Amino acid sequence: MDIFIQQILNGLVLGSIYALIALGYTMVYGIMGLINFAHGEVVMVGGMVTVSVVSALMAAGLGLPPLALILIGLMVAVAACMLLGFTIERVAYRPLRKAQRLAPLITAIGVSIVLQQLAILVWGRNYIPFPPILDHDVIQIFGASITRLQMVIIVLCLAIMGGLLLVVEKTKLGRAMRATSQNPAVAGLMGVNVNTIISATFVIGSALGAIAGLMVATNYEQVHYYMGFMIGLKAFTAAVLGGIGNLAGAVAGGILLGIIESLGAGYIGDLTGGFLGSHYQDIFAFAVLIVVLIFRPSGLLGEKMADRA
Amino acid sequence: MNTMTKQPASAKKVATFVASAIVLAVLPFIVGGTFGNSWVRTLDFALLYVMLALGLNIVVGFAGLLDLGFIAFYAVGAYTFGLLASPHFSLDMPFWITLPLGALFAAMFGVMLGTPVLKLKGDYLAIVTLGFGEIIRIFLNNLNAPVNLTNGPQGINLITPIEVAGFSFGKPHEFFGITFNGVYMYYYLFLALTVLVVIMAWRLQHSRIGRAWVAMREDDIAAAAMGINIRNIKLLAFALGALSGGVAGGLFASFQGFISPESFGLLESIMILAMVVLGGMGNIPGVILGAVVLTVVPEVLRDVIGPLQMATFGKMIIDPENARMLLFGLALVVMMLVRPEGMLPSKRRKAEFEDAKEGV
Repeated sequence: MDIFIQQILNGLVLGSIYALIALGYTMVYGIMGLINFAHGEVVMVGGMVTVSVVSALMAAGLGLPPLALILIGLMVAVAACMLLGFTIERVAYRPLRKAQRLAPLITAIGVSIVLQQLAILVWGRNYIPFPPILDHDVIQIFGASITRLQMVIIVLCLAIMGGLLLVVEKTKLGRAMRATSQNPAVAGLMGVNVNTIISATFVIGSALGAIAGLMVATNYEQVHYYMGFMIGLKAFTAAVLGGIGNLAGAVAGGILLGIIESLGAGYIGDLTGGFLGSHYQDIFAFAVLIVVLIFRPSGLLGEKMADRA
Repeated sequence: MNTMTKQPASAKKVATFVASAIVLAVLPFIVGGTFGNSWVRTLDFALLYVMLALGLNIVVGFAGLLDLGFIAFYAVGAYTFGLLASPHFSLDMPFWITLPLGALFAAMFGVMLGTPVLKLKGDYLAIVTLGFGEIIRIFLNNLNAPVNLTNGPQGINLITPIEVAGFSFGKPHEFFGITFNGVYMYYYLFLALTVLVVIMAWRLQHSRIGRAWVAMREDDIAAAAMGINIRNIKLLAFALGALSGGVAGGLFASFQGFISPESFGLLESIMILAMVVLGGMGNIPGVILGAVVLTVVPEVLRDVIGPLQMATFGKMIIDPENARMLLFGLALVVMMLVRPEGMLPSKRRKAEFEDAKEGV
């Protein structure tokens, strides 16, 4: 039972990070119908920039407390990623808005390759450890343990997601975003500046990605130029699982995927009599996805698409 | 129904055909003679990728089903060949068993993937195929325990080269006093099979099935109302696409002599998709061009970047591998921005694209 709770807690940590990244995918998808394959790389850049800034500040010897270091690093990372997201949309997606559906998918992949290679140029090919300022205090819950840091990750993710939902549901910007996602042309006629809204979506999504990048970096205590790829893929899977384009769906899908993955990794050996080991962890995400989509073709919370587009 | 074949071939067409046949026949000698045998190898790979891209084009271009896990079928073909003709299981089956068997298995996997996802549309389908591709790769990577099926990450070594009546494609041979390296032999073998795949794709496109695919791609409900069995033609698209992938996979295994799960990652699937989209989705000459360009360009970059840096700066400023991928990524973006409809779009797509631009 202890193991069960432990795996649930691990899953929650992982899942809330997935959810945060999934929101970035799902917002862009909801508005433009585009799989933003470069989003995983934005997460990577977020993690990398934070680590660099924190390391640089420590090397400067200002004697700042760890929390201040991380906050400054995060602010720089968020700003950098917002700029990056804005640029990506302007350069690689906007010119192709009226092109065939797959054209922006290919530029997204191109951008993703470029960002990875730039990251190699700047940060090298090796794993970079997170500076040793992290708190490793452990809290016991029902016999399972979780670090304070992980608690912070979960709470922060939930708070940010709540905030985003409020923005989308209650503000003028959110209303414009929803209108654009329903019908960009008509939204434009109603006085919504569609270009601004799309840019705003990318900027917000990238900011969330930067925060997620920091969380991945602190959770695994290292960063790497390739770290955005798999986690981006999982997060996108989570977004689809929840029903792509649906914000609550992305959150539900992310958390569900995290929990399923860590439960799966913990129990697969027992379930299959040792035949399949925990290195099959990555299969769970995709297997669950396939099963869910067979029964609910538009995801868990996705609206049932009418057969006529 | 097919009026194309009934018209007498015009003199111009015959001339083009003969000219391209001659060019393709002497190409490896020109390339090999000027740049060395490693470039003939690149040509061989270009042909493999043409087969793969044409296979994917059936699924994505003709039938309009976005498949991000196409490399799985390549893997199935390659592993079928590798396992049946290597010391791993101490088997040495001839290629005329392993190659068709690989293609058959790949087609079966295509149907296996297609059946549960029949109801999925657009990007939901894309992500499921992506997951399917990853699942296959993870299994290949881990099925070395408890029973060693795939030899895990180490992959399978010493795969038998293709051999016809004692004539091995893996060894150098002498004709007319000139020694031909294995890469030349494989070039002609691949060329022959590529031509077969092109003919298959061409005939399919202009057949009843091809028109059914287009109808389904444009509007599946209207197509169903016209009496097209959507389920069957969808599965057929998956199966036939996978078949080409499986053949290419088997050829790859015998050509390379070594396969490991690393060759079958998501990036490979994406590259093949990029070939299809960049070349001109749904248009066979376009897809061929896309595959050749995206195979040759990275190799040219590999050869050019290092010496160029040495010549201009006198030292390596950027790691060549790094610079190569960077330029490749940029090239993908720029090429797509310059020609969003692909290098050689099909007439239908081109028309659609122009309509969209004018906002019709």
